[in-house]
Formats: sequence, C-alpha cells, structure tokens
Amino acid sequence: MPVNATHDDPERARRFREAALPHLDDVYTLARYLLRDATDAEDAVQECYLRALKHFDGYRGPAMKPWLFAILRNVCRAEFARRASSPTGPIEDVPESAEQTPLWNEAQETPEAQMLRTRDAATVRRLVSALAEPFRETFVLREINNLSYREIANAVGAPVGTVMSRLARARAMLRSAWMAEEEQPR
Amino acid sequence: MTCDEAEILLHALMDGELDAGHAREVEEHIAGCAACAAQLAAYREMSQAIAAADMKYTAPLALRRRIEASLPQPKAEAPSRRVVLRGFTLGSAVSAIAATGLVAIVLRDDDRQRIDSEIVSAHLRSLQAGHLTDVVSTDQHTVKPWFNGRLDVSPPVIDLTAQGFTLIGGRLDYVDARAVGSIVYRRRAHVINMFFAQSSNTERYAAKIENIQGFNLKGWSDRGLDFWAVSDLGADELSEFCDKFESAMRANSEG
Repeated sequence: MPVNATHDDPERARRFREAALPHLDDVYTLARYLLRDATDAEDAVQECYLRALKHFDGYRGPAMKPWLFAILRNVCRAEFARRASSPTGPIEDVPESAEQTPLWNEAQETPEAQMLRTRDAATVRRLVSALAEPFRETFVLREINNLSYREIANAVGAPVGTVMSRLARARAMLRSAWMAEEEQPR
Repeated sequence: MTCDEAEILLHALMDGELDAGHAREVEEHIAGCAACAAQLAAYREMSQAIAAADMKYTAPLALRRRIEASLPQPKAEAPSRRVVLRGFTLGSAVSAIAATGLVAIVLRDDDRQRIDSEIVSAHLRSLQAGHLTDVVSTDQHTVKPWFNGRLDVSPPVIDLTAQGFTLIGGRLDYVDARAVGSIVYRRRAHVINMFFAQSSNTERYAAKIENIQGFNLKGWSDRGLDFWAVSDLGADELSEFCDKFESAMRANSEG
C-alpha cells in the first residue's frame, strides 16, 4: 500500500495517533503556561491537534514534539488576538527594552549564596506563570518540556542567541521572584 | 572570558548545550570568579528544585477523548474537498514547516520492512565478525575523508562526544545490494551503527522506533539521504541519539 494515501486512510490516522498523542500532556502543559487558563488551553490543544492532522502529510520529522509546539504557538497567537483586553498581549509583542535590560540589574538584588527554600509545585507553577512573555515561553520549553536550544529556536522562530538570552533572563527573573516569595511568608 | 559573557554562557553550560571547547572556557572562568561560580550554583539549585516540583500538567481525560474522537476512524468518510483544501490555506509557520522541501518518495511498506531487516543483519554482522570499523578514529575530520571515493554521498560524520555518544569510527557495508556507509558510535557498552545511503527518489515518513530481533531501529530521510540508526540501546536513548544527530546535522548545514 502506498504511503501517500488519502485523508480518510485509517493507516494514516493510526500513524498520526502513535506519533502525536504521546505528546498530549506536553502540549497541554505548554498551552497552560502560555494561556494561563485551563479552558482556553483545552480548546487550543484540540485545535492544535486538528491542524497537526491536516498537515501531517507534510511532516518530515523526526522531532514531533517541537513541531506540535510550533503549531500550538500559532493557535495561541490567534487566541491572544481574540483576547483584545489581554494584559499580556500577543507572544510576539516583546518590548525591545525588555529583551535588552541587562541581567545584572536583577541578579545583584539577590544574595547569591542564599539557599532557595523548596516550594510546592503549585507555588512554583504560579511563579513561572507570572513571568512575562517571551521569557515564560522559553523557560517552559527548556525547563519543563526539555527542548534543546535549537529546538526552541525552531519552535519559536528566533535565533539560538535570542533563546539563550531569553532563558538567562527568565531564570534571573524567576530567581528574584522566588527569593521575594520567601521574604513574605504567606 | 568576561563575566558578561559567562553570565549567558553558564546557562548553556548547565543545560549541556556547549561544545567541549566552550564548556572548558566557561569552566575556567568560573573556577577563577567567585561571583559567576555563585550564580551557576544558584541556577543549578533552582533548576533542581524545579525538576523536583511537578511542573507538568496532565491533559484532562475529556480532552484526550475529544481529540481521539476527532481523528478519522477506520470507517470514517472522506473529508470534502473543501475541507482538505482549507488545510493548505492556513498561512502560518505550519506551512513553512510543512514545506521544508525535502526530497522524498514512496517506499512500499514491504520493501521498507525488508530493508529494515537487512539493516539489523548488517548491525549484527558488524558486532560478530570483529569488523566494526574500517577506520578507527574519534576525530570526525579523520572519519569523514575516509569515505571519500568509497561512496557516492558525502558522509554526515558528526562528533557527538559532548552529548554522550562517542564517535569510534566508520565502516563500509552492503545493504539492499548497494554500498552504504556506517558511522559507529558508542554509549557505555552499547554500539550504535548509524547507516546512511543516498536516498532513492521516494517519499517516506520519519519512522518511529521499531524493534526487530531485539534491536531498536529508527529510519528516516533527510536532504537526499536515508538514515537508519540501530542499536541495542533502549528506545528512549536511541531516540535521544537520533535527535542529537539530527540537530547537529541541521546546525552544520545551516552553518
């Protein structure tokens, strides 16, 4: 049976299922962090899988996860456009200044030797969710979804150097927030 | 190296993204700079704390079911032509990804199975006959030229030592009645044969990992070459190898 079968081909659907469904939790996780809303995340993930299935014939692999992430990102961008009143705005809208603020401005405020207190997952999730875009996205792709720098660069359509500086800045911001959290016991 | 440079690069160091040379440079800087050393320790600590906390979400079962239900079922009707066409008009990065312009054609499934099985046999032969390598070197600049004149393609010899896969040499083999090259890697006690050959003009998907006679095999095509990675490594480690190999190859070709 030729591989270039039609869209109703059960064989094609089976291949898609096997390739794409194992990443469902990862895709959903990214959607949660990008959209910060459980219902929106569900809708985005479903739309992502529908689009992925449509484009599956053009998929040449081998890294399925970054491919799905790139699609999810486009879906989220549409969602951001709908959220006209969103406080974060589209993922793409990065104030130049935010990218260019030197890291050490924040790093110096925290005593480097101080140990971080272990935090429960809910607190850490909240701190990560509070990061500004595009630092949150880069951070989640690296620390939670375990993508390589190059895979992140491909998924977000930015040079690897940008990924590196965003990640450095995301970690600096998160560490500051983490330390600040410890100073105000809840 | 200045602290400003180290401030960015120490992240790449802790993420295992630096090649051996740059890693050494950053480590040397850190060894002589208390401030950067403290930074690195602090970020490592945070990274571990994050790894320890469960940061992932689990997709709700209802969502999984909805997606399952939206996939074509065995007896599903063909989608209308309009729906199919709409799929191609979504102007976005998706189409850019879909249009990576790779040469490809259709291999018949039975052909593929036969070749996969031959690849595994070639892997076995290489282990049994004491003929693992024709050229023994951990240096990609020694292994690559060795293939010159022996194959009709330029071999993608890539050093993955920094990523935990040691290059140990190269070998000429025969699969499907033609010469194929193999680049041989080792991880711990496991040998990986990375076979490559000029692609015929047929399209095929990047295959998932198959298990044949107890060996894991992954085949794919890219830029006019067919690849098969085969090893007794576990599926996840072989997959990791393939990903590292591919990203290194993309990095090389994109300069």
